Amino acid sequence: MALDFSNSTVKAWRRENGRVGVRNHVLILPVDDISNAACEAVANNVKGTMALPHAYGRLQFGEDLELHFRTIIGTGANPNVAAVIVIGIEPEWTKVIVDGIAKTGKPVTGFSIEQKGDFETIRQASWKAKEYVHWATELQKEDCPVSDLWISTKCGESDTTTGLSSCPTVGNMYDKLLPQGIYGCFGETSEITGAEHICETRAANPETAAKFKAIWKAYQDDVIEAFKTSDLSDSQPTKGNILGGLTTIEEKAMGNLEKIGRTSTYIDAIGPAETPEKGPGLYFMDSSSAAAECVTLMAAGGYVIHTFPTGQGNVVGNPIVPVIKISGNPRTLRTMSEHIDVDVTGVLTREMTIDQAGDSLIEMIMRTANGRLTAAEALGHREFSMTKLYRSA
Amino acid sequence: MSIPQLLVHDREDNVGVVVVEDLAAGTEMLCVVTADNSDFRLTAKADIPIGHKVALKPLKAGDTVIKYGEDIGKMIGDAEVGGHVHTQNCKTKRW
Repeated sequence: MALDFSNSTVKAWRRENGRVGVRNHVLILPVDDISNAACEAVANNVKGTMALPHAYGRLQFGEDLELHFRTIIGTGANPNVAAVIVIGIEPEWTKVIVDGIAKTGKPVTGFSIEQKGDFETIRQASWKAKEYVHWATELQKEDCPVSDLWISTKCGESDTTTGLSSCPTVGNMYDKLLPQGIYGCFGETSEITGAEHICETRAANPETAAKFKAIWKAYQDDVIEAFKTSDLSDSQPTKGNILGGLTTIEEKAMGNLEKIGRTSTYIDAIGPAETPEKGPGLYFMDSSSAAAECVTLMAAGGYVIHTFPTGQGNVVGNPIVPVIKISGNPRTLRTMSEHIDVDVTGVLTREMTIDQAGDSLIEMIMRTANGRLTAAEALGHREFSMTKLYRSA
Repeated sequence: MSIPQLLVHDREDNVGVVVVEDLAAGTEMLCVVTADNSDFRLTAKADIPIGHKVALKPLKAGDTVIKYGEDIGKMIGDAEVGGHVHTQNCKTKRW
C-alpha cells in the first residue's frame, strides 16, 4: 500500500514571488570569468555567503549570450537563494543580471570593477554581503505543501541497474507527486537518442511532441552531424556506462526514460535554463547529458531539488540545489556509499518494490526539503558548469 | 523467494541483466522477469560482471537484441544461451 503524501508539508522558505525554496543561500555571483577573484574574496570576507566562479561571460553574443544571461539570472533568481551580490567587470552587463534577478523581488545589488579595482569593489560588496547575511539568517521557515516543490531529474554514470531500479524509482515519484501539483523536469537531449519515438508519445499533446522532436532533431543536425567524427560511440554510452554493462545508446535511452514513470506526460518542451511557463506538470528541457551542466541548467530554470539516479556512482552536486543520489547497484553501495542518499538495491534482490522505492525517495525529498544535507552537499560537491553553445567573438 | 542473479525487463526480451557480483560460469541462475514476476532458470556460460547482459536465446550476428521489449541494437557476433552479450558482439544499428 503506497503512502499518502497528499497533505504533506515541509518547512521551507516562501520567497517574495511566492515560490518555495529549500535552501537559504546568499550568493556572490560573477557576471564574467575575470570577476571570479573579487567574488571569492567577498565570500572569504563574509561567512555564510557562497561565490560561484565560472569560466565564461566575455565576448559572447547572440543565442550563446542569451543562454549565459539566462543561466546567471536564473541561478540568482532560484528560490533556494535568499539574496545576491553581483560583480562584473563593467556596469552594463552587471545591470542586466541585477535587473533580471530583481524581478523576483529578492534583495540584489550589483558592483562593477572598472574605475575602482578589486580592492574597492571587494570592500563595498563585502559590506552589502554582510548586511544580506544578517537579513537572510533571520528569515523563518514556514509550512509549505509538498506540491509547491519544483523537482528535476537527470541520471549519471548509468548502467543497466539504473534502468531496473533507480530510474523507475524517480518515475514512480513523478507518477505520485505530479498529480499533486509539483513541477517536474527531465532532459538530456542526446541521451533520448534511441528512444525518441517513445519520448514523443509521452508528450501531453501533439504540439508538445512536435516541439520536442524539433529540439531533438536540431541537436542531431547542428551538433552530431556538424561535428561528428564517426559516431557518438566514444562518449554515448560513456566509458563508465560500458563498464557497467550498457552496450548501445538505445539501451541507455530506454533506461533514461524510465525516470518519467508510467503515467506521467510532459506538458512542454523548453530551452536550456528556461523557466516553465505552463503551470504545474512535467517539462522536457533541452540540455546536455553531462551531469554538472544539466543540473546547472535545471537549477537556473527554477528547480529547487534534483533527483539523480546513478549506477556506477556519479558524484556530482550543485552549489544551490540539493542533489539526491539514488542507486540500486550493490557494488556502488559497497564501494562508495558516502555518495548515495537513497539505497534501492532491494529492487534488484526483489525485496523492495518500485512502489516502495518511490515512497522512500519521496520521504528523502521531504527530509531534504526540511534541511537534511544531501551526500553531495556534505561532501562539498558544488559543480557549477555553464553550457556554451559556440565560440566567443 | 530467494534472490535472483538475473533480471529481465520484459517477456519478449532476448537478454537479461546480471544483478549480483562475482557471478561464475556454471552458476544455475534464478532469473526473474520484472514485468510479471515470472521466473525461470538459466546456466551462466561465462564469468559475467554485475550489470552485464546474458543471452536468453541463441543469438547470431545480425539478430536484433530486444530489451525493455524494444530494439536496442544488433548482434555483430554470436552468443550462446547463457553467454555474455556486450560491445564485443552487440552494437547500435544507428551508426
